[in-house]
Amino acid sequence: MNNHSVWLRFLRQPNKLLLILILGYYISTETVFAQNDQMINSHFRAERLEYEGNEQLQLFKWDIQHWIGNDDHKFWLKTEGDYSADQGIFGRADLQLLYSRNIDTFWDFQIGARRAFEPERTYDAVIGFQGLAPYFIETDIAMFINSNGNVLGRVSLTYELLFTQRLVLEPRIELNLAASDLKNRGVKAGVTEFEAGMRLRYEIEREFAPYIGFDYVQEQSLLEHKHSFRFVAGLRIWY
Amino acid sequence: MNNQYEFSKTGRKPLTLYTISSNYRKTVACLLILSIILIQQSAIASDYFLDIAKQPVNLIGKPQTAILVNGQLPGPTLRWQEGEWVNLHVTNHLDEQSSIHWHGMILPYQMDGVPGISFAGIKPGETFIYRFQVNQSGTYWYHGHSGLQEQMGLFGALIIDPADDSKPEKIDYVVLLSDWPEADPERTMARLKKQSDYYNFQKRTVVDFFKDIQSDGLITTLDDRLDWGRMRMEPTDLADVTGATYHFLINGQTVDQNWTALFKPDEKVRLRFINGSAMTHFDIRIPGLIMRVVESDGVTIEPVNVDQFRIAVAETYDVIVEPKTNRAYTIFAEAMDRSGYARATLTPDKSLQAVAPKMSPRTLLTMKDMGEMHGHTKHQANSKPMDHGQHTNHQETTAPMHNHMAITDDSNHFDQTSSDQNDIKITDVAHYPTMDYQNLRAAKPASPKGTPDQEITLRLTGNMNRYSWSFNDVKYSDAEPIRVHYGEHIRFKYINETMMNHPIHLHGLWQYLDIGQGVLNPKKHIINVKPGRTVEVDVIADAVGEWAFHCHLLYHMDTGMFRKLIVEPATVS
Repeated sequence: MNNHSVWLRFLRQPNKLLLILILGYYISTETVFAQNDQMINSHFRAERLEYEGNEQLQLFKWDIQHWIGNDDHKFWLKTEGDYSADQGIFGRADLQLLYSRNIDTFWDFQIGARRAFEPERTYDAVIGFQGLAPYFIETDIAMFINSNGNVLGRVSLTYELLFTQRLVLEPRIELNLAASDLKNRGVKAGVTEFEAGMRLRYEIEREFAPYIGFDYVQEQSLLEHKHSFRFVAGLRIWY
Repeated sequence: MNNQYEFSKTGRKPLTLYTISSNYRKTVACLLILSIILIQQSAIASDYFLDIAKQPVNLIGKPQTAILVNGQLPGPTLRWQEGEWVNLHVTNHLDEQSSIHWHGMILPYQMDGVPGISFAGIKPGETFIYRFQVNQSGTYWYHGHSGLQEQMGLFGALIIDPADDSKPEKIDYVVLLSDWPEADPERTMARLKKQSDYYNFQKRTVVDFFKDIQSDGLITTLDDRLDWGRMRMEPTDLADVTGATYHFLINGQTVDQNWTALFKPDEKVRLRFINGSAMTHFDIRIPGLIMRVVESDGVTIEPVNVDQFRIAVAETYDVIVEPKTNRAYTIFAEAMDRSGYARATLTPDKSLQAVAPKMSPRTLLTMKDMGEMHGHTKHQANSKPMDHGQHTNHQETTAPMHNHMAITDDSNHFDQTSSDQNDIKITDVAHYPTMDYQNLRAAKPASPKGTPDQEITLRLTGNMNRYSWSFNDVKYSDAEPIRVHYGEHIRFKYINETMMNHPIHLHGLWQYLDIGQGVLNPKKHIINVKPGRTVEVDVIADAVGEWAFHCHLLYHMDTGMFRKLIVEPATVS
C-alpha cells in the first residue's frame, strides 16, 4: 500500500519521474552482456555546439544526442535548444527520452517522452523515425503530441559533401511544424520554423571537428513573419 | 639457416638402450618392442610451455599493451613433426579468460581451443594442457580465440614437417603478416559501432566527382553516384579497419624495422606466408622474383608460378623463390585497400637493401560486384538459392571471379611491371598471372565425389551501417547450431550478400572448394568469399564434436558472423 502511494506521488510529479527515468537510463549502462554480438555501446554526440548570430541577435545553440544500447534496442536522449546571450533567456529548450528500435537496415523507430522547458513548459509524447535515407540523407522525423492534443512535428535532413577526407561540407534543413493554430502561443498551423544552412567542418579527429557556416531562418507565427541570415561557428564532438 | 625457430622443446626423451647389458638380448628386444609401442601410444609426447601475458610494447613510437605468448610478438614459432604427439601447457597470466586455437589442425574438438564450444576457456591463473597427435604437415598458425585478444598480439606460426622428414628447401622462413592497431581493439570496435566508416580515409570526394566527369562524362558519373547513393554504400569500402589505425607487420616488425632474411643465390627459399591479421587482406609480390606457390592452407597443391597473390585473413601460402642474382629483394604486402603495406627484405648480405616499390592502385568495388548481391537482397524472403543449377554452379561461381581478377589484377599488374622495372631493371623476367582460387589445384585427388547427403545454404549477411554481421541475417547469440551427422557429405553454399570479403573458417573439418576440378578441388580451412559472389564447398563430417564456424575477420566474428556446427554421432539405423 505504502509503495503504491509512493509511486502515485511520483506519477503526479512528472519532473521527478523524468529524473528517475534518466537515472535508470544511466544505471542500465552498467549491464554487461556475455555475448559480444549483444554488446552494449554508449554513444554521445554533440552534433552542434555553436554560436549563431548576426547584427540583431546572439545565440548559443546546442543539439546533443546520447544513445545507449545494442544493435536493436537503444535508449536515446536528445536535447536541443538555444540561449540568447544578450537577453539572458532560453529561446527554446527541450529534452527527449526515447526508446529506439532498429526496424530496418538503416532505420530506427523511436517512441518516448519530451519535456519542453521553453518557450512553454509541456510534456509531449514523441513518435519518430531516425536513420539514413537513400542518397545518404541523415533523417530525423518526430511527432510531438501534448496533453492538450496539440500536434507538432520536426524534420531534419543532413547530407555530407567531402572536399577532402577531413574537410566536410554539411548542408542541413530543419522544419518545425504545427498541425493546428495554437492561439495562446501564437503558433500558426504549418511550417512554424524553417532553417536551412551549411556547415563546413574540419575533422581534426573523427570525433572532434570545429566548423563554420551559416543558417537561413524563417519563422512564421500568428503575430509575425521573420527571416534572417545568421553566421555560425561551433564544434562537433562525439565519443 | 633456420635460426628463427628459437623455441626450445623439452621433454623429448631419447631412448637410451645402451645402459642395458648386452647379455640380456631378450630384455633388449622386449624393451625395444615396448618402446616402439610406447612411441606409438605417445608415451613420449613433446611438451611445449606457452604463457599468455600482458606486456608493454613500443612498436610505433608510443607505449602500448600487448597480449603475447612467451613475451614474443608474434608468439614463438612451433615446429612439430607429423605423427608426433604434443602436450601444450598453456598458462593464462591475464586477469580475464583466454585461449589458444590451433588454426587448421585436425584434432579432437576438446583440444580446438574455442571457449564456449570446445572447452570453457582458460581461467586467469590456470593452465590448460592441450594434447593431441599431429596428423598432418604444412604451414598453419595459432591464435587466441577469446574476445579480441588475437588483435593484441596473441598469435604465432605453426610449422609441421612431414613424417618422412623431407625438406626440399634448405632455406625456409616464416613470413607472418599482421595488422597492429594504434587503439585498443575494444575501442576500435566501439568506433565502428558508432560510425562504421570511421577508418575509411579514402572515400570519394567532390574532387573525384569532377575528375570522373572529365574522364567518364557527366551522365555516367551522375548515374554512378546515384546508384551508390541509392544503396547507401561506398565503392571505396574495401576494409573496415584500415591503415588509419593499423601498422602492418611482418614477423612482428614494422616497415621501418624491415624484417630481413638471408639467402644464397641459386638456392631455393621457401617462404611460408601466414596472414595473422585481424582484418586485413594483403596482395603480395616480390618484385624481380617469380613465386612458385606450392602449398595453400597447409595442403600441397600443383605448383603454380605467379607474380602476385592475394592472401585473405587467416590463409597460409607456401611459395618457393629462387633468387639468382646477388641483390636484395623486397617482400611487399599491400593491404587490399592500399591504406598501407608491410615489407620485408630478402638479401644475400645484410648490407644490401632493396627499395620498396610504390603501392599499386586499389580496385574499387563496382556496381557489377554488387549486381548479384542486389538481386539477393531483393529476394531475401525467398532465401532459396537462385537459379544456380547443380551442374553449372562452378561456372556460375568462377566466371565472375575470373572477371573480377581481370579487373583487379591486370591493372595492378600493369602498374607493377612499370614500377618494378624502375626499381630493378630486370627485363628478362617472364610474367605470370596473379593467383586466383581458380589456380589452386590439389596435388593429390581427395575431394569427395558423388551427391552430397545435405546441402546447406549460408547467406553471408550484415548491416554495415550498424556494424553488425551475421549468417542468414541471424547473429550467433540468436542462432541455433547447425547440426550434421558423422560421415555425412555436406555441400555448403556461401552466398555473399554484402560488399565485404568474408574469409569463412570451419574448425576441425576441411572445406573442399569447388573450382570445377572434381577430385582435385583443393581443401582449405579458409574460403574467402568476395563481395556479391557465391561459392560452394564440400565438407565431409569426419570428426564428431562441436566446431566453430565463422568469418575470420575478427570484428565480423565478434559481432555475430559465427555459428556452432555440431557433428553428431552417426544415427544407428
